[in-house]
Amino acid sequence: MMNYLFTIILASISGFFARLYMLRRDYRQYPSYPQGWAVHLFIGFIGALLGAVLVPSLMEKEFTAVSFLLMAASQFREVRNIERSTLEQMEPTELVARGTAYIEGIARVFEARNYLAIWTAFIVAITAELLRHQTQLLQIGVSLLTAAITAGLLNILMRGPSIEDIADIQMGDIEFDGPILVVGGVDVMNVGLSSTREIYRNRAVAAEIIPKDPDAKATLANIGQMQAIAHDVSAMVGVYMDVGEQEFTPLVRRDSDSGKLVLVMVPSDDAVDAFLEAISNVPVLESAVRKPLRSVAGRMIDGS
Amino acid sequence: MKFSASDQILAVITMHKERVGGSAPIFYVENFQELEKVALYLARIFMGAVHDLGNGVYIIVKH
Repeated sequence: MMNYLFTIILASISGFFARLYMLRRDYRQYPSYPQGWAVHLFIGFIGALLGAVLVPSLMEKEFTAVSFLLMAASQFREVRNIERSTLEQMEPTELVARGTAYIEGIARVFEARNYLAIWTAFIVAITAELLRHQTQLLQIGVSLLTAAITAGLLNILMRGPSIEDIADIQMGDIEFDGPILVVGGVDVMNVGLSSTREIYRNRAVAAEIIPKDPDAKATLANIGQMQAIAHDVSAMVGVYMDVGEQEFTPLVRRDSDSGKLVLVMVPSDDAVDAFLEAISNVPVLESAVRKPLRSVAGRMIDGS
Repeated sequence: MKFSASDQILAVITMHKERVGGSAPIFYVENFQELEKVALYLARIFMGAVHDLGNGVYIIVKH
């Protein structure tokens, strides 16, 4: 087994760095704490080690070892549960809730990234083994190149669409029909206090999110997707609200006729461009995606 | 286990005694300014939202 030590070390380090690369810190600020990083990097390292060891055990025809390694890989399902329960525990502490669909999406991504680390390590181990009769320098160079390509490629493939890919976003106008807040012709909510209405008139911003096709319309109709938009936009732009001020909760409502969404919120700073930019960058949730156009019935409705 | 009365009418505030009744707490007020003030205070106490029913009756609902 000592023959393979070089391969194993090279592959597991590559997998580890692939995991590190995917653990970018972005606006979601999650996981933003060092402990969270430690947890994910360690689990990623275990995954990378599994992927690295797989190749030598296959070459030595140690199929028992291979079966055990595959069994160990199934443990990574647990990562999803950990992420889900952490985020669910944190949900009541959010001013604007993420919603269960978004939590599920995040948890799934964290699980998947470990598999990507395993893949990277596996592919690097294969590369290193194929080049075992070459010079060590060549072996290291090509392996690291493969690692970078694999990690980058998998990362691009994993990147889902964002709202701007499926919908047109434009500013909406805010008006009041008695106490009813109306944005772009859609009734959003009943605002009782005139002082609150005044704040809405002066400070609120609103947007209309118009789906580009029937698929997008069905996707945007998902309640989890609507909540994710409200959460992400308020995370990026900042909300003018405090605990218990329910009137200022950012709201997403759907127009039943056209399927367009309207979003209205009172931002902490008046920045219209940032607001629109924030909406366009909200990810489309994997669990929200619907494709009615792939069905005969869906196409019949679209054609008529 | 924490209980919270969400999606129920927590309080009714009105200037018109003849228009309201029932089991929710009812607060009678004299004028529009008082109506708005009491509604705001109650909303902050309950951490709820104020809704205007359009006939001089405000309700507090926690969503």
